[in-house]
Amino acid sequence: MNLSFLRLSIWLYLAIFFAYLLGPLVIMSVTAFNSPSFPSATPWECLTFEWFSALFQDTRILNGIKNSLLIGAGTVVLSVTMGLAGALMLTQIWPKLRATYYTVIIAPILIPGVVLGISTLVFWDRINRMLGFGPDSLLSSGLFLTIVGQSTFIASYCMLVLVARLQRYDIALTEAALDLGATHAQAFRKVLLPFMRPAIASAAVLAFLASFENYNTTTFTFGEYPTLTIELAQKVRYGISPAISALAFIIVVLTVFAALANEATIRRRELVAAARRNATVAELSGGRVTLPGFLSGNTAAVLLVVVSIATIVVVGTATVYSPDQCIADVREQKRLEAEKRAEELRRKRDEERKLKAEQAPVTTAPSGSTGSSSFGGVFDPNALQGVPSEPEEEGGADSGFGGAFDPNTLQGSGN
Amino acid sequence: MVAGVGVDLENLWIRFGDFVAVRDANVNIKGGDFFSFLGPSGCGKTTILRAVSGFLEPSEGNVLIGGKNMKGVGPNKRPTALIFQNLALFPLMKVWENIAFSMEIKGASAAERRKRADELLEMIALEGQGDKLPSELSGGQRQRVAIARALCAEPHVLLLDEPLSALDLKLRQHMRTELREIQQRVGITFIYITHDQGEALTMSDNIAVMRAGVIDQIGEGKTIYNDPATPFAASFVGENNVFRGKVKRVSGDRVLVQSNRSGELLARISTANLGRLKEGDNAMIFIRPEAFELAKTGTEGDHYVSARVINEEFEGNVFNIFMEGDGGKEIKVSLPNLGQSFDSHKGQTMTLKYDVKNAVAMPAGVLATE
Repeated sequence: MNLSFLRLSIWLYLAIFFAYLLGPLVIMSVTAFNSPSFPSATPWECLTFEWFSALFQDTRILNGIKNSLLIGAGTVVLSVTMGLAGALMLTQIWPKLRATYYTVIIAPILIPGVVLGISTLVFWDRINRMLGFGPDSLLSSGLFLTIVGQSTFIASYCMLVLVARLQRYDIALTEAALDLGATHAQAFRKVLLPFMRPAIASAAVLAFLASFENYNTTTFTFGEYPTLTIELAQKVRYGISPAISALAFIIVVLTVFAALANEATIRRRELVAAARRNATVAELSGGRVTLPGFLSGNTAAVLLVVVSIATIVVVGTATVYSPDQCIADVREQKRLEAEKRAEELRRKRDEERKLKAEQAPVTTAPSGSTGSSSFGGVFDPNALQGVPSEPEEEGGADSGFGGAFDPNTLQGSGN
Repeated sequence: MVAGVGVDLENLWIRFGDFVAVRDANVNIKGGDFFSFLGPSGCGKTTILRAVSGFLEPSEGNVLIGGKNMKGVGPNKRPTALIFQNLALFPLMKVWENIAFSMEIKGASAAERRKRADELLEMIALEGQGDKLPSELSGGQRQRVAIARALCAEPHVLLLDEPLSALDLKLRQHMRTELREIQQRVGITFIYITHDQGEALTMSDNIAVMRAGVIDQIGEGKTIYNDPATPFAASFVGENNVFRGKVKRVSGDRVLVQSNRSGELLARISTANLGRLKEGDNAMIFIRPEAFELAKTGTEGDHYVSARVINEEFEGNVFNIFMEGDGGKEIKVSLPNLGQSFDSHKGQTMTLKYDVKNAVAMPAGVLATE
């Protein structure tokens, strides 16, 4: 009894935890497929893919993605290189200096990105001027500055990842290579680098993601190369559209793909290694080792295939699917509702008019004092009664809402 | 086939800060020799090896390989190949790629490398295992791959840094024979580092015994065993019983020592210490366990030792008798098992006889700690 309660609360906790983690993503993904032009998951109106096509027609977003990819690639190259150099240095430096060196090299992670952004801007501007270059030189280009600015701290992340792997490296391997006649460069390339490859791959992925999502450093340095995050931030300022949800959904799907592919590869490698271990010498040398199939015992690979098929199906559906009928239906329904509401309003107004006609002599009396009141007539009971008559005016475009709430305009567009 | 070349160490000093790892080492190793540095861990033997292979610059003195001074020559330019204590096989390369690494460096084609690797694999009796990863081999197989990898570089001198220490006993004994065979087949100079006197004695042509950075004695295994130069060499190489005392009389190479516990003992002064013992000096006499034989109880004289038996054990090829000895240490006596009957003498006093030429005397000094 007690135990089952405990188990129940653990499940409950997990449910809440995952709802908290994944809930926003789910809601956002739903809004990408819902037809209202303000991103909303409820009420569900129509399944639509138009936000995806809207996304792919938005040149600013596309340009932002292009810039982000460009800057991401540059940052990966620069950060991984610097990170590897820093990590190697850490293993070579005198033990006494090691702690100090570590602190210095880790410091950029602790410094706010804003500070890094500003200082990058100022520093390279100085350098640029010192070298006597103009304002359109490479050193003041947004592309260069953003890559350099982001790399200041992303390189530290990379270094942490690389150091962890490097600590497991046996320096005797390099010595063995040297002893067998390799130059230092050859020993590095043929022995150390292959050993570091997995860590370099992780560092590269980490660097790319950090670069892709960076905002606070980039915001100072982007110049004429606004990245995706910058573009999104600027867009959101003028109102948000489901096209952004569509973009987010694509990123989520790509992430899931990458994670599954990675997991499937790792699992695959393990299975192959196990098969090799169990193989006999004859099988190995004859190349007749029976390796396990790609999908056997590999959940991630199965999921990967399922997700791939699902994606293909969805994309296939999207190209032939047309939500026009549904949207028309929804519009028709809205029109009917609006008509009904207008009808009600009209009826109410008629009643009020009747009522007003009966009470007219009493209410018109104090109207003379309206304009002179310091409250602009706000407290004038007449002003209140006057409001319902507004819809009667045909010049609805003057209102602050641009006639969006005018039932008459809806009726017009419905036909 | 490459001929082995000689290696000479001239007044070699190696310091790490204030610590002297190697103190004035002078060694001449002949080409094609199997030469061992034997000493306890931390005695500086690995440091010497690193100086020969080029990973360490000597603080003073020279390393000559084939008569050429190696000062300023990097490890990748020396005609040496080192077999590391942990073997240092490249974990991500297949066995054959490991073996042919030195050819890859020189830009040999994959086919050439594969061919040479297969030849060497055959030599080390690992045919057909070339496509495995080092982690898929057993300890002894990895050992042989490391040797093949080093030999593939066609070195004139092969340096081995305690390569057998990670193996179990049976395999270690087997690899001793194998290493010796390989050395004789390829004919190059082997410099072998070990703390195991059994390895050094069975494999080497010559041995240098090292203690705390100092080379105590250089010589053939037999010489070192039978005619040790220092108390350390006497006690580190093989088992030995020590008798301490004061010199009473010296005549030629014979010395009479008044021992602390066992009366007057006659001994031969070891060759290296001739003329270095005077009357009244502190001396040590070393007698091997197998140099004793049982004598009639109560016999006295200058080559008899009497003591009480503390313990006995049967080891198969020998009977071991442990007797009360000098300074809390037991006297160990090993009698060969020739099928004779053997009665227990535990608790009794027994008298042992030795041949004077088997008792080695030298000035008192530091013993090897076990």
